[in-house]
Amino acid sequence: MEYFVQQLINGVTLGSIYGLIAIGYTMVYGIIGMINFAHGDIFMVGAFISLIVITALGLAASSSIFIIILALILVLVCAMIISSVFGWTLERLAYRPLRGSFRLAPLITAIGVSIVLQNYIQISQGARVKPLQPIISGGHTIMRRVDENGEFVVQISNMQILIITVTIVLMTVFSLIIARTSLGRAQRACEQDRKMASLLGINVDRTISTTFVMGAALAAVAGLMYLLYYGVIDFYIGFVAGVKAFTAAVLGGIGSLPGAMLGGLVIGLIETLWSAYFSVEYKDVAAFSMLAIVLIFLPQGLLGKPEVEKV
Amino acid sequence: MSSPPLLQIRDVETFYGKIQALRGITLDVHEGEIVTLIGANGAGKSTLMMTICGDPRARSGQIVYDGRDITRLPTHEIMRLRISQSPEGRRIFPRMTVNENLLMGAAVADPEHFEEDAARAFELFPRLKDRKDQRGGTLSGGEQQMLAIARALMARPKLLLLDEPSLGLAPLVVKQIFEVIKELNEKQGLTVFLVEQNAYHALKLAHQGHVIVNGKITMSGTGAELLAREEVRAAYLEGGAH
Repeated sequence: MEYFVQQLINGVTLGSIYGLIAIGYTMVYGIIGMINFAHGDIFMVGAFISLIVITALGLAASSSIFIIILALILVLVCAMIISSVFGWTLERLAYRPLRGSFRLAPLITAIGVSIVLQNYIQISQGARVKPLQPIISGGHTIMRRVDENGEFVVQISNMQILIITVTIVLMTVFSLIIARTSLGRAQRACEQDRKMASLLGINVDRTISTTFVMGAALAAVAGLMYLLYYGVIDFYIGFVAGVKAFTAAVLGGIGSLPGAMLGGLVIGLIETLWSAYFSVEYKDVAAFSMLAIVLIFLPQGLLGKPEVEKV
Repeated sequence: MSSPPLLQIRDVETFYGKIQALRGITLDVHEGEIVTLIGANGAGKSTLMMTICGDPRARSGQIVYDGRDITRLPTHEIMRLRISQSPEGRRIFPRMTVNENLLMGAAVADPEHFEEDAARAFELFPRLKDRKDQRGGTLSGGEQQMLAIARALMARPKLLLLDEPSLGLAPLVVKQIFEVIKELNEKQGLTVFLVEQNAYHALKLAHQGHVIVNGKITMSGTGAELLAREEVRAAYLEGGAH
């Protein structure tokens, strides 16, 4: 039981990171019907920017709590802004010229962009794994059991609390933007009928750019969280994390925002629980099998919108 | 007419790839008028509507609105000049509520006017008020048409472009919608450019009428004149008025 609770905490943490990345996939798909395969690499870029800023600030665990919090906010803002610039530029240079082209063109371009980003970081930052000393340490014991096998303690680390809290806050803010603001409405309008949106005076190109920027900003947050949580990054982390988050988005129902969050959570949990009870080696197999099963029995995903609509 | 027309269309030609859809259209819409364009399926009616809005863009010719050449402006900028369109097929946002659809219509308007304008829209179409929080996709065809017109009015347009508002609707609903158009024109002085297959209703309502065949205007006159023309009756009013 204790062991399960511990794995649950770990799974939710991992799922939060996947969920943050998955939102970028799902939003871009919703608005232009394209899978942005370079999105995972934006996440990787976000992690690298975070590492650079943290190093530049000389941040270490020995700093006072107050300074750490302040510095991390600064890191977060820098990573979000710079990654957004990357996201915006990609859309502008690589995808917008292909709008109205055949469907596969932007998809292939996205894979190309992904390779470009990976190689760019590999060349500019080096191919070796980059470590980061833990900055946020400590945790809280929430359960404890002593028996003949010794003591088992269920812990939630401060890092995990941070990741889960930031994710909940960001997803709430984000959902509110989509549901309540005129920007969110414009995004949904473009998603449902781009031509009509432009007939109502909506600048469709700008709305699409904004969507890329928002997705990239969230991916950057995930990048920072990943860096702080695992402490090592390299130029290739975007691929696996990207594919997992993409799986999460499809699992939840691509195009659906709550679906992306739920999908992230489910993938994170499956992966963690599988590693805990079966084998770590097969955790990716488990996650992707889950995707296959869901797609067979529920092709629109867990929360995907049904296709039936009155005309 | 002494003042220049609100909308001037001059020799406009539009193509879809190599296919020419409009072959030199010239017509005027004066302020306060209802002008109608009637024609068969595929004659180019909707193409003209969309060309006015810049999508597709006219390959040649000129469109002047309110003294300003809008031929080369991007669609979203044209729609900010107080031109509204209720397009062919209504194009309601299916997964937005009626209220949100109206909010979208007001995207270019001052948000302060929203409550007032929405109240006016509900007065015009009381059925929409009952369905305020219902998703657009669940409305009946008639209700969707009402919503499309209401949405177009939310931008407080000077010129309303209406593309086949009667298409696929029950005769009673058609009558109701044409009454609203008449009321808007008479009471608020709204200028309307109406494209229709339902020639009888449209010509009865319109101050000016034009007939389009194969991307060209073949006849023009007042609504009453066209209604009286033998060719018009034969081609567009067969089967009698309905």
